Amino acid sequence: MSLSAHLPALQVVLPLIAAPLTVLLRRGQLPYLLALTASWLALAISLQLWVQVDQGGTISYAIGKWPPPWGIEYRVDRLTAFVLVLVSGMAALALPYSRDSIAHEILHEQHYLFYTMFVLCLTGLLGITITGDAFNVFVFLEISSLSTYVLIALGKHRRSLLAAYQYLILGTIGATFIVIGIGLLYLMTGTLNIADMGRRLADVQGTRPVLAALAFLTVGISLKLALFPLHQWLPNAYAYAPSVVAAFLAATATKVAVYVLLRFYFSVFGATQIFTELPMQEMMLLLALSGMFVASAIAIFQSDLKRLFAYSSVAQIGYIILGLSLGSATGLTATIVHLFNHGVTKGAIFLLLGLVTLSVGGTSLARVHGLGKRSPLLSLGLVICGLSLIGVPGTAGFISKWYLLLAALQTGHWWLVALIVMSSLLAVVYVWRFVEVSYFREPRKDLADPNPLPLGMVIPSALLVIATVYFGLDTSFTIGSAQQAAELLLEGVR
Amino acid sequence: MTFSGHFSYFITIFLMIAGLFIVIARGNLIKKLVGLGIFQTSVYLLYIAPAKLVGGTAPILSPDFSVYSNPLPHVLILTAIVVGVATLALGLALVVRIREAYGTIEEDEILSEDTQSDGKGPHP
Repeated sequence: MSLSAHLPALQVVLPLIAAPLTVLLRRGQLPYLLALTASWLALAISLQLWVQVDQGGTISYAIGKWPPPWGIEYRVDRLTAFVLVLVSGMAALALPYSRDSIAHEILHEQHYLFYTMFVLCLTGLLGITITGDAFNVFVFLEISSLSTYVLIALGKHRRSLLAAYQYLILGTIGATFIVIGIGLLYLMTGTLNIADMGRRLADVQGTRPVLAALAFLTVGISLKLALFPLHQWLPNAYAYAPSVVAAFLAATATKVAVYVLLRFYFSVFGATQIFTELPMQEMMLLLALSGMFVASAIAIFQSDLKRLFAYSSVAQIGYIILGLSLGSATGLTATIVHLFNHGVTKGAIFLLLGLVTLSVGGTSLARVHGLGKRSPLLSLGLVICGLSLIGVPGTAGFISKWYLLLAALQTGHWWLVALIVMSSLLAVVYVWRFVEVSYFREPRKDLADPNPLPLGMVIPSALLVIATVYFGLDTSFTIGSAQQAAELLLEGVR
Repeated sequence: MTFSGHFSYFITIFLMIAGLFIVIARGNLIKKLVGLGIFQTSVYLLYIAPAKLVGGTAPILSPDFSVYSNPLPHVLILTAIVVGVATLALGLALVVRIREAYGTIEEDEILSEDTQSDGKGPHP
């Protein structure tokens, strides 16, 4: 077998091996260089996988040559490849940023541990995405979660410890709910392979353990993806984590959880008609809408930019779930494309907020007074990303909202169009709060003259801001992938 | 099925709810972790109990035995136990750090300390 046939395994194995090596090579720049190499290789592999799937269709890789459904299967389809590109791409941009960023935020002797945890987190997220085995999902979920707790606890402020602890409690409850759900499904079907489970579940549908499994999985995964009202862990975790960690998590962790939800709903429960016999769609619609409105409203009243954009994340997850709850191909396309677009936008925002912290010493609204005069480009970048959150044409956010509106119209929910526009107005309000203090207030007098910001942090942030605009203009990659992924997911339902 | 046939499930569900209740109701960070441990342990039972057959033996083929236990859930739970240990260890390590930073491990006292520190000095 040539090397290219083993890419699905290498996607996960390379960062997994890099993690312990960074501990062994603890001195100097070696851990950084190793982590950087691992993440760039992961990006190269995921792009290569995307091309392979584009040309040859779904890839099935049997770990240890044990054929599925007995052995563990790695399965790369359109959706998998798309999410892999998002996760590894964000890691490849966050790592160069991290070197200068953590120099200001994390004790020097802990730097190598930061890289270990970061690479482990990447391993977990890639593993969740690529695996075709239900129990494997749980194992990788815990690898990524445990490393995430450590990454959050590395924050400078002591509150980061409490944020990490609270996330640990809620995250573990969520993961345990997911295991209970997987266990019940295993008891009913006798298989752990996701595709095989989907086929066998049709025979036992409607039985009580299967319904209980659906409930446990829904709650567990919703905790992980911070679906309103299970989002309590998210604002503190994002606000007190080191900047680069917040950016990486905001862009990938909740998005991968959305991917898990899609996997279980469509690939496992797809054939059991849960969407026609149970009020799942109505329930998800209600949660998505309340998330969109309540979280946006809370965001307006935040006095710290990190918390403001963290609540905005909860609201944006509402949009992602809204597309899913419509149950149409267009709605699902909107979900998948917003998963990507919001990941890019929020990643850019939190990377920029890291620069803001460096420039003015904090991210509270009182500190960023006059940022537009002090650092015009930095402020402009945040405004562009803010426009993407609102959904202004020419930004990535517009594309997702456009498909969401199309889906709402196609399914005849005209009132939903009004609600989506209204919640976007709330986004206008919270983005305006930043614009107001940044452009219409005088800079604080007590701040030293602006130092030139480190290029290692500026370039990744600028690339992501450009990506936010680029994916709003050229949608061939995002919409193309999302449409095909949505069709593939809906095949399981029919 | 009789009550005795479902006995292990009753125990499992009791432990599950008891653990979850402790996590929610207790303010002491260590006690919360104890509850979390009980909650996770109940899941081990949920997996293992259905895999065990009365009179079943380890799945090594032999003419002397005809009933075997399913080994897969045992292996899965071995993994889950490792995950549980890692979670508990990390949780306890965090509690140690929280105690160093705040001087207490009671949730309400920590939160009130944070609210007080909001009032004075510039917030970072």
